[in-house]
Amino acid sequence: MTLPTRTGGNMTLTTPGWTPAPPPDPPLSDLLLEVRDLKVQFTLDEGIVRAVDGVSYSIRRGRTLGVVGESGCGKTVTAQSVLRIVPRPGRIVGGQIMYYPPGGPAVDLAALDPLGSQIRAIRGKEIAYIFQEPMAALIPVHTVAHQMTERLRLHLKLSKGEARQRAIETLARVGMPRPAQTIDRYAHQLSGGQRQRAIIAMALVCHPSLLIADEPTTALDVTTEAQILELLLELQRDFGMAMQYITHNLGVVAELVDDVVVMYLGKPVEYGPVEEIFEDPRHPYTRALLRSIPKLGKKSHERLESIKGMVPDPYRIPAGCAFHPRCPRYLADICAEPVYVEVGPNHRVLCNRAGDPWQ
Amino acid sequence: MAVSAARRSVADGPPPDPNNLLEVRDLAKLFPITQGLFRKVVGHVRAVDGVSFAIPRGKTLGLVGESGCGKTTTSRMILRAFDPTSGQVLFDDKHLGWVDLTRLDESAMRRIRPNMQMIFQDPYASLNPRMTLLEVIGEPLLVNGIAKGQELQDRVASLLRRVGLRPEYVRRYPHGFSGGQRQRIGIARALAPHPQLVVCDEPVSALDVSIQAQILNLLQDLQQEFGLTYLFVAHDLSVVEHISDRVAVMYVGKLVELADTEELFLRPLHPYTEALLSAVPKPNPRLRRRGSVGGIDSDRGNGVGKRIVLRGEVADPSNPPPGCYFHPRCPYAIDRCKEEAPVLRELRPGHSVSCHRADELELVGVPTEA
Repeated sequence: MTLPTRTGGNMTLTTPGWTPAPPPDPPLSDLLLEVRDLKVQFTLDEGIVRAVDGVSYSIRRGRTLGVVGESGCGKTVTAQSVLRIVPRPGRIVGGQIMYYPPGGPAVDLAALDPLGSQIRAIRGKEIAYIFQEPMAALIPVHTVAHQMTERLRLHLKLSKGEARQRAIETLARVGMPRPAQTIDRYAHQLSGGQRQRAIIAMALVCHPSLLIADEPTTALDVTTEAQILELLLELQRDFGMAMQYITHNLGVVAELVDDVVVMYLGKPVEYGPVEEIFEDPRHPYTRALLRSIPKLGKKSHERLESIKGMVPDPYRIPAGCAFHPRCPRYLADICAEPVYVEVGPNHRVLCNRAGDPWQ
Repeated sequence: MAVSAARRSVADGPPPDPNNLLEVRDLAKLFPITQGLFRKVVGHVRAVDGVSFAIPRGKTLGLVGESGCGKTTTSRMILRAFDPTSGQVLFDDKHLGWVDLTRLDESAMRRIRPNMQMIFQDPYASLNPRMTLLEVIGEPLLVNGIAKGQELQDRVASLLRRVGLRPEYVRRYPHGFSGGQRQRIGIARALAPHPQLVVCDEPVSALDVSIQAQILNLLQDLQQEFGLTYLFVAHDLSVVEHISDRVAVMYVGKLVELADTEELFLRPLHPYTEALLSAVPKPNPRLRRRGSVGGIDSDRGNGVGKRIVLRGEVADPSNPPPGCYFHPRCPYAIDRCKEEAPVLRELRPGHSVSCHRADELELVGVPTEA
């Protein structure tokens, strides 16, 4: 595996398909994952869906990246690409996914055979995934013990007894009540919160360096959600793992993540540190999303600011800036070809009017 | 006959407040747990256990609680989709006057149902895929003999326009519409017979953030225009705060707190309400708090308050703990809470709570941003 060629450099205004500045050599950097201009397409009878269309972001060791967007924006497919589990007929048609394993050489995950031994050694061991729906992610005909020990025996070559012991310890760590008994239960015998804890324990059992969590609390009640969020923060501190956290809940993003990618129709429209995104959003879509949610503690009988129209059909993505039919500050002559604008350190916006003040 | 019994039931109790449209009194629903060949009843799930509240005309009552707390069962009992085990549901029907819905038979209920409609959670499951919009929205008008023929078509077209869809869509089927558009169709159907009361069961929880705001705005506009009264069932507290005038909080089948929205969110009296408010992730990174469990110190934010993370899980309604159902998770529980079940009492004007320690505790509401 060779390091990627050094490209880019100085960029204030660049062409679409932004390429990040080259990282320092891996051992010196805290860079863990770097996605460059990723493109994923689904070829269907109705046409080609560009589910992910030029996504770039990076995750540093021990930090959390939030990926935000509405249904169909490509946030899940982006995450699936990292583990090479994009469902058919989807395939990666461009870009790189550079993974810098601790102490090892860099790997371009996008170039690996999705069924090959290299990715299988990483999947579930170094990069783990928490799926959105806890009932669907657990196999109903196997006990929790079976599903947890399988990866320990496979990846770490532990014996049956050792694997079971470590699985029980991990369950206890995630706050599962009576772990030594619960481990022999089936999915249907667990409550929603317990299932999600089992899923998290399964993901953590090999101590991954990156955890990808796809809406792990969306199906849960708010008090259970609070428990799970606290748990993830605590485990992140203890294991020093990085997280890629996918959600549409902006409250969770504000509480949990360090950097945010906002996606719209397969493209990242804004990328930056969480405080800047919430306090000074520069893309009209980010701003509209933040203003359309009712805020606790601000009782008013005023109307919410909503985004007009709806997300377009993925087969008919509007030409030029994909957000323009819904954008309140669209100007035909300026917005035809949006490019990434660097508005602050590590803060990029796909909007030609990103520098203009809001009225 | 049934109507006179229902009126007598109203007359027998204390008279309902004329400002209210609906009064629910001591409503309960027990689902039997059966076992064995002869379906012997071995216990009961106390899904709803003595719930009382009222909704003033033209106002919105938010009903909040976690899954399994009985909020959906309560709303279904008001519409008589479930028959209550005990209690009264008093409704001021525009034709029949005050009646106790629990005493009405099916034929009398059929006369009342046009006046109380429902908006469902899942816009994909609540529309029949084999019916055109004309049939979906026109059916309540047709079966209740309100309109037919050309008049029916005109009314459906005007309803579609009112909820923000094009009237030309009347011949289309639901499959071609997005989630937000489908929810608009469901709203048009609920409004078709000019109801007085609309029960909204999680109407926006299946929708994307940008669409949620559109639907919430639409519901508020329609309320003003038609003087609708809403029972708004939801688990998202920020949505409930936005739309409700009054809020009822349920926990394991019981009402634990009932107050005007601002009062409840800023000055909660029940520890469960406090924990719920604290648990909601706030969309402001500067308000980052870390919970008491791990004692994690944030490297950023001013750490306003700590998040209260409740221990354990919601009690099992078929085998609830003795005393206050919340005591195993309550950070303020004392010995009395383990033995004696608290009753709902009005501690401040218009603010009721069921907690032994409500008058001594100083609970924290939503942090208001400076």
